Amino acid sequence: MHIIDRRLNPGGKNLPNRQRFLRRARRIVREAVRQASASRSIRDIDEAGVVVIPGNGIDEPSFHLGQEGLHNPVFPGNKEFVEGDRLPRPQGGAGGGGSQAGQGKSEDSYQIALSAEEFLEFFLEDLELPDLERRRVTSVESEGLRRAGYASTGSPSNLALGRTMRNSLSRRIALRRPRPADVAEAEQAITEAQAAGADDDEMAELRQLRDQLQRRSKAIAWIDPIDIRYRRFEPQPKPMAQAVMFCLMDVSASMTEHMKDLAKRFYMLLYVFLKKRYKKVELVFIRHTDEAREVDEQTFFHGTESGGTKVSSVLHEMLRVVGERYPADQWNIYAAQASDGDNDPRDNLEVTGLLSGVVLEKCQYYAYLEVNEPGHGSTPSSLWRAYEGIDEPNLSQRSVTHREDIYPIFRELFSRNEDVRRRTV
Amino acid sequence: MSALLYRGAEWSYDTVQRIHDAVSDIALGELGLDVYPNQIEVITAEQMLDAYAATGMPIFYHHWSFGKHYTQHEMMYRKGLMGLAYEIVINSSPCISYIMEGNSATMQTLVIAHAAFGHNHFFKNNQTFRDFTDAASILDYLKFAKSFIAQCEERYGESAVERLVDAAHALQPHGVHRSGKRRSTDLRDEEARQKERRDYEAQMYNELWSTLPTTPGKATLTDLQRNALNQRLGLPEENVLFFLERNAPRLASWQREVIRIVRLVGQYLYPQRMTKVMNEGTATYVHYKILHRLHEKGLIDDGAFFEFLTSHTNVVAQPGFDHPAYQGFNPYALGFSMMQDIERICLKPTAEDRIWAPDIAGCGDAMGALRDIWANYRDDSFIAQYLSPRLMRDMRMFAIEDNPKRSDLLVKSIHDERGYREIRRALAKRYDISYTDAIIEVAAVDLLGDRRLILEHRVVDGRLLATGESRKVLQYVADLWGYEVELKELDAMSGKMLADHHARPSPATYAA
Repeated sequence: MHIIDRRLNPGGKNLPNRQRFLRRARRIVREAVRQASASRSIRDIDEAGVVVIPGNGIDEPSFHLGQEGLHNPVFPGNKEFVEGDRLPRPQGGAGGGGSQAGQGKSEDSYQIALSAEEFLEFFLEDLELPDLERRRVTSVESEGLRRAGYASTGSPSNLALGRTMRNSLSRRIALRRPRPADVAEAEQAITEAQAAGADDDEMAELRQLRDQLQRRSKAIAWIDPIDIRYRRFEPQPKPMAQAVMFCLMDVSASMTEHMKDLAKRFYMLLYVFLKKRYKKVELVFIRHTDEAREVDEQTFFHGTESGGTKVSSVLHEMLRVVGERYPADQWNIYAAQASDGDNDPRDNLEVTGLLSGVVLEKCQYYAYLEVNEPGHGSTPSSLWRAYEGIDEPNLSQRSVTHREDIYPIFRELFSRNEDVRRRTV
Repeated sequence: MSALLYRGAEWSYDTVQRIHDAVSDIALGELGLDVYPNQIEVITAEQMLDAYAATGMPIFYHHWSFGKHYTQHEMMYRKGLMGLAYEIVINSSPCISYIMEGNSATMQTLVIAHAAFGHNHFFKNNQTFRDFTDAASILDYLKFAKSFIAQCEERYGESAVERLVDAAHALQPHGVHRSGKRRSTDLRDEEARQKERRDYEAQMYNELWSTLPTTPGKATLTDLQRNALNQRLGLPEENVLFFLERNAPRLASWQREVIRIVRLVGQYLYPQRMTKVMNEGTATYVHYKILHRLHEKGLIDDGAFFEFLTSHTNVVAQPGFDHPAYQGFNPYALGFSMMQDIERICLKPTAEDRIWAPDIAGCGDAMGALRDIWANYRDDSFIAQYLSPRLMRDMRMFAIEDNPKRSDLLVKSIHDERGYREIRRALAKRYDISYTDAIIEVAAVDLLGDRRLILEHRVVDGRLLATGESRKVLQYVADLWGYEVELKELDAMSGKMLADHHARPSPATYAA
């Protein structure tokens, strides 16, 4: 017989299996989040919640017999039954007790509680901001301290003991300060010489040597102020990416509440997404009819206005705001425009000129969302056709009719995959 | 000098060796057991948890499902909902028993008697294990399996392998040769032979033959031709995985090999499912005997003996059906009681026993009779043959008829003169895995049409497949087969079709 001690074997034999399981579960959780978010209102999109993941992806199905049909189980522990007794069927399945538990696997679904953070994590996973890297370092925000070498002055709590002692040691070596052991040795030699009855000359010599050593070690300090070093900290300036998001919307009479709702949902998604990627995100709301005005959020969505439609006005207004407050070399500029596509045909030329010439130059990304009333035919609007003529990588246009399309379209716009993003519908 | 093997709870390797030798003397000398050489490995609780996840085997390929089981076990263990087993024993030669470092000396004695001699003897001698498993080569095979699957993951990507293993795992219960007859199973030979055959066909190919006029219209087969074709495919075939491994037209050879690995592991584990009661009964009976003898011989003291009795009693407890802890028959309790009952019948039979078990009643050689039973029975036949009226009375067994057409249950028989046979029959049936498992076989392939694969489930007592999961498994079959699959559920008696399921392969799941 052999006895083998396996206790010292490396543990974690199941680590690869666990990693595989977590990866698999993660995929399923992500899908569940996507599904849950379709039914959630966008207002609550960044709230915590429970998602139910189907047992589907992490169950191990097998062919097994169902509960139907004749069963003939045997039990131990009869107390009072006699042959021919009729018993009421117990609740929760045939056969009584747990006798069937081993055979009938239930179709479990697992509930997983996610925090708001995690929910968003899954929600926005594999979305990417286009051109995130282009204008990075903008305003500087100090973010705590950073170690930055040593200083000869500082507070006692920052004393760098190791460095100080190192300096002290090298100075003592350089100045040949006698070691305590050397002094002790000299002392020892005197005692021994005395015991051996050495003559006076010899004794004097030894004493002199000792005194010399003692003097020297008194003169050269163990730790001198010049040895002392302090740990130095420096405020660390950290580059911070900042973004401004322009919400541009047509509020002319042809825009219905439904259309505004679609636009609002899209803006909210974009805002949540930008906030996730940038420390600082500013919002600018510009609404327009035939003239454009920067307004606050409340007015933007709820105020009414009447007039014709001139898209170029909103671009001018945006350029004005950019020029005043958001220089393009310091800010990542995102713009999302929502419109029903009606525009004064004479204006289209100016719009395309402005966009391709100036606006797209300054923007990281410009999304045009054409909102439609359900039931209307989807003949391309004049604005849509005008935008189609512009061939710039950072302009995307999508058309949306139903609330539930918003999220897929959003994903499409920001998906990591270039091909999907570029394609215009 | 004391004759005691150990004192108190502490043990060392030396102690374990002494315990093993003392137990071995009794097991081999007095009980006449016949075992594989033993290898005892000391492990920690964490390693025990690890071993749980992958069916207890020391080497196993990687798959997410083992990680899932591990996570579940770990959570339950950490929350204190679950204790750990004292041992795991592996049907291999040498027979590996894991013992936990935290066990007391008495527990180690119990474990060695139970696993290293009880289970070990059963593995080596029981007919089902002899038929289905090859203890000497299993560890080598698993080593090969692990490295092969790891290579496949490297070459074809983890997800491709994972999908395949998922499908194969789902079909693992239908990947065994139940009859236990030996077949040529070496896939590499098979591949060589297939290649040879293809080369021959290529050599003999003659364009002229294709110009021969054929009968116009849809080709039909005579019964004779159909039979010949079926025979060539080995149909009907109950081993679904085996059939797919050999005949699925779209699988690459590495995929066949992976399926084969899962199938052979399933085949290796198959006897354990058929002999749960007997295996545990044997091991429990053996440790009970051995510990008693050790005590009689003065090798363990009274304190140790009491500790043993406490553990033993816990293990063989059988709560009644209405007890909150009831979870079906406890295989340890049922098995151990039956073994003890057989011993009683051999040594002190009653008149009743002489009628019910004439072949062993009063034979006087209990161990001889038991060794013979351990070698030649599995759970269903063992119960059908040796469950005695006395034990049915002791355990107060009763049988229920649960007919879904009625709103109440019928107590069909109890432990009385009229009920013995019925209870025994009903209980044996519940351990007959050809009754408790769905029996599914590959019935036909539509070779002239769309290559549809037809599976048949023989329905006994109206017990149909659970639909939800079956659909998923059927989807796996379709993906592996590469063409449409149909599963017919036929009544075993009348042949009437009770249900019909279809699945189409998802696009290019396993395309090579």
